[in-house]
Amino acid sequence: MSTASYGREAKPRVGFFTDTTVCIGCKACEVACKEWNVIPADGLDWTGESYDNTSQLDANTWRHVAFIEQRKPLRVDADGTDTDGQPEPLRWLMESDVCKHCTHAGCLDACPTGALFRTEFGTVVVQEDVCNGCGYCVPACPFGVIDKRHLPPSPQDAPLALPLLGTKEDGRVWKCTLCYDRLKDGHEPACAKACPTDSIQFGELDELRERAQQRLEKLEGEGWNGARLYGEDPDDGVGGFGAFFLLLDEPEVYGLPPDPVVPTRHLAGLWRTTALAAAGLLAGVALAFAGGAE
Amino acid sequence: MTTESYYGRSIVKEPVWKSEIPLYFWTGGIAGASAVLHGVARLTGNEALAKRALYIGAVADVASPLLLVKDLGRPERFLNMFRMFKVTSPMSVGSWILLVSGGASSTAAALELLGVLAPVRRAAEIASFAAGPPLATYTGALVANTSIPVWSEARDQLPWLFGASATATAGAAAAVVTPARFAGPARRAAVAGAVAEGVIMREMRRRLGFVGEVYDQGAAGRHARIARACTTLGAGLLALAGRRPVAAQTGGLLMLAGGLALRFSVFRAGFQSARDPRYTVVPQKERLRARESG
Repeated sequence: MSTASYGREAKPRVGFFTDTTVCIGCKACEVACKEWNVIPADGLDWTGESYDNTSQLDANTWRHVAFIEQRKPLRVDADGTDTDGQPEPLRWLMESDVCKHCTHAGCLDACPTGALFRTEFGTVVVQEDVCNGCGYCVPACPFGVIDKRHLPPSPQDAPLALPLLGTKEDGRVWKCTLCYDRLKDGHEPACAKACPTDSIQFGELDELRERAQQRLEKLEGEGWNGARLYGEDPDDGVGGFGAFFLLLDEPEVYGLPPDPVVPTRHLAGLWRTTALAAAGLLAGVALAFAGGAE
Repeated sequence: MTTESYYGRSIVKEPVWKSEIPLYFWTGGIAGASAVLHGVARLTGNEALAKRALYIGAVADVASPLLLVKDLGRPERFLNMFRMFKVTSPMSVGSWILLVSGGASSTAAALELLGVLAPVRRAAEIASFAAGPPLATYTGALVANTSIPVWSEARDQLPWLFGASATATAGAAAAVVTPARFAGPARRAAVAGAVAEGVIMREMRRRLGFVGEVYDQGAAGRHARIARACTTLGAGLLALAGRRPVAAQTGGLLMLAGGLALRFSVFRAGFQSARDPRYTVVPQKERLRARESG
């Protein structure tokens, strides 16, 4: 990641530190995000999965609060023994998930049109007036964040029909912009502004990483069960997240990948394989002519 | 293998591509390998085969961009594919390859049909010949450069698999329409491609381990079985009785169907692989464990 091309307009890299240990599951972040970014409603589905009825990040949900009910103690001592003093261990984990604004962003690398770009704040944003809805960024993201905004199917969507140009209303991809418009005017993103417990902290990434480290040490000292940072390491598979987390269990428990790697990391080798395969095809077809025309 | 997850929900997103995309993988493969078949046939003076491979390639090359444009969320913005050339995006690179290949092969075919401007036609043929092998193989890199486990983990095989299938289907298509006494190279290319495809598929499955089990399940499994049956039967007919027109045509059509089923199998496997979080989590956990233990 580099904002060097911005020259004097480059700003310090900003992001989120989401401390899930103080999240109370109020979903103010989801609501504030929807309102500020004018995101369309996406149905009212009762999932029965604790208090979570939005289920995942997608084109119409850019902050998603996960709820996990567990038979695990909240606090343990050094041997892992329950120190909560409850007859049965029980804890309720809540985590406000968001686009990670990766240092090495799979969506941005995959985008063929340049619609996805790196802002002067080091964040990753889709230019909706450029995106042509090719959908390549969707499976490229290691976190399943970015998604195409689907419209109800129409008769024109029949397979094999010739392209009907310009009849679709949306069909583009959408995700968190880290409130690029608000950043430009010197405000913090809507979700962080609305968070009543400071579970969502916005700021310069270097400073957030220091703060997170101190918070982790404090929680470890108090014996919180399973406290760990996720995505703060600049040496991980995506070069560190711009939006990282303090979790209380394994990442997959929250629906997060345990060891995300940007697909582009393997691309040089993949191009080599492709060049070899292309040469192999050429040689194979040429050899097929060795036996004459019949 | 069991693992924890967030209510069994997927971590990476399923692709948003529709049936046009595997259809294009098939037409693009036929176009690319036909261009090579055409070029070598011209060089060796097999004009009957050269002409037919040229027309087959041009038809497939013209159908390809129509399919791709149809699949876009915003088809009227298809020209945005040519705003830039991005080596980090196989879709960007592929768009340019297809632009060259489609432009060149359709020009060459039109001039051949009209019998005019021989020097221009030759230049177009050379361009089409050069773009053919990358066109037939880059689609393997396109799907491998994602976060979908069954695609990403097969990055060493997919360009080869698609190249082999392209050779098989282009040879088969030419064998269907070319008189037997000129169609020897097409038959041999088809059979060699089919054999290579079988070997590569087996190697891919072996390397994928449990992630590859989606090729035995659901739609991916059904298409894989159809592909294997059609390609084996078709290649057998071409190899043993390819000089008889009926056998050549039946075998060729069977192989074309088999190639199409193979592309659909790989395509559907990606969806199934994305849907189940185990395929994302288990290999990543193993990677983490391997790193921790040294």
